[in-house]
Amino acid sequence: MELIQQQLPIVLHSLNIGFLQTLKLFIVTLLGAMPLGLVIAFGSMSRFKPLSVFTRVIVWIVRGSPLMIQLLIIYYFPGLVLHNPIWGGGESGRFLAAAVAFIFNYACYFSEIYRGGIQSVPVGQIEAGYVLGMTKTQIFLRVKLLQVIKAIVPPMSNEIITLVKDTSLARIIALQEIIWAGQSFMKGSQGISGAIWPMFFTAVYYLAFNGIMTLLLGWLEKKLNYYR
Amino acid sequence: MLNASNLMKSFDGLGVLRGISLQVNEGEVVAIIGRSGSGKSTLLRCLNNLEKVDGGTIEIDNQALVKNGVYCPAAMQRKLCLKMGYVFQNFNLFPHMNVLRNLTEAQCCVLGREKDQAQKYARELLQKVGLADKEKAYPYQLSGGQQQRVAIARALAMDPEILCFDEPTSALDPLLTQEVLGVIRSLSAEKRTMVVVTHEMMFAREVADRVVYMEDGVIVAEGRPGEVFDSDKVRSFTGLGD
Ligand SMILES: Nc1ncnc2c1ncn2[C@@H]1O[C@H](COP(=O)(O)OP(=O)(O)OP(=O)(O)O)[C@@H](O)[C@H]1O
Ligand SMILES: [Mg+2]
Repeated sequence: MELIQQQLPIVLHSLNIGFLQTLKLFIVTLLGAMPLGLVIAFGSMSRFKPLSVFTRVIVWIVRGSPLMIQLLIIYYFPGLVLHNPIWGGGESGRFLAAAVAFIFNYACYFSEIYRGGIQSVPVGQIEAGYVLGMTKTQIFLRVKLLQVIKAIVPPMSNEIITLVKDTSLARIIALQEIIWAGQSFMKGSQGISGAIWPMFFTAVYYLAFNGIMTLLLGWLEKKLNYYR
Repeated sequence: MLNASNLMKSFDGLGVLRGISLQVNEGEVVAIIGRSGSGKSTLLRCLNNLEKVDGGTIEIDNQALVKNGVYCPAAMQRKLCLKMGYVFQNFNLFPHMNVLRNLTEAQCCVLGREKDQAQKYARELLQKVGLADKEKAYPYQLSGGQQQRVAIARALAMDPEILCFDEPTSALDPLLTQEVLGVIRSLSAEKRTMVVVTHEMMFAREVADRVVYMEDGVIVAEGRPGEVFDSDKVRSFTGLGD
């Protein structure tokens, strides 16, 4: 017990640094995947058949295969196959590779949610805007957008909570996120080795973070409940 | 005011409008009646550019929306259709906006009216349809009849020259039907130009200046209500024949 008390500051310090990387990956993924998902959604709804088929196949592949495989391929493929290690070996290179994999993967999930949300707005709403003389853009921004947002908030919440936990997959390409930091004390680091308890602490970070996200998203959902 | 001739429209090879010609004059109320599937809604939707005809000509105020099946440029189409107002069977109010906002949104973003001016006008119209106290309510908080009256006010707010209704009461129970018909009646008393697709025969008889009876995509009888309702074809439809 006393030992743990001595080691706690060291462990927490490492975990904090790891968590910062986790948080960074989380935020970058959201910032990238939310707009990219919209582009993909429009692609999959395009009336130009080749584009929509192509987009849907890509989305199917990305959603149908494990994110971990995608991480490994994106990180190692340029170096091992093309003999052009574009990511470099350092932590920043690994972060970049992880960010690309996460953004693309999550954009594909988001695109399906967006598509469902956009298609959930009744045609009558669009026609009502049209007979009032609104342009397509006005209809999208003034009539559809808020209804789409209301429809997608619950499924997006699920994905966002999953993303919090999925960031740990970046461990597979040795990104120094919080799991990596916790695990280092099992292997031995800063004079601490064979310690499993830092791992429990990492779980607490995830729980706390997800707790905050759940509250935030719940609040947003409630905000949008002013109409039915 | 509105002049449509020889309109053709088919869905998947099935002719829904087969050479329809219809004229609507200023201050006139035209009722369109006919069996389910005869093409009434399709006709009204084509006149409001919600559906594109395959052939024929539609002129609004002597300007061609479509001439012999060829449409004018999109910007022009939008401009011309602003002269038309449309009230849907199932209201289609914007659920995320309160009643007042439903009435002001397009006034501001389409007609470029100032917000105060739009609100003032919206309140006048709400008064007219008997819903002055509901401006803050959201559509889900209103009965069907109230929603439809808001929808009528929303259409009126754009100052259309011709107001079209597609079965404005068929989603309502009889009591609520009357309050909506009452509003339409008062609009006809103001000499508003209106085209009303309806199954309310008594109402058509009472309010319409002209009745158009459709069957299988063609107009088979047209004229003053008395004449049309007493013709044999229409009698067999209304079931008032014997
Ligand atoms: N978007 C569409 N796609 C395919 N067929 C359609 C479409 N809209 C209408 N139709 C068909 O066109 C025909 C006429 O339909 P329309 O809705 O104009 O009839 P209506 O006279 O308004 O009938 P009701 O009294 O039931 O409203 C019907 O056979 C209908 O199935
Ligand atoms: Mg109809």
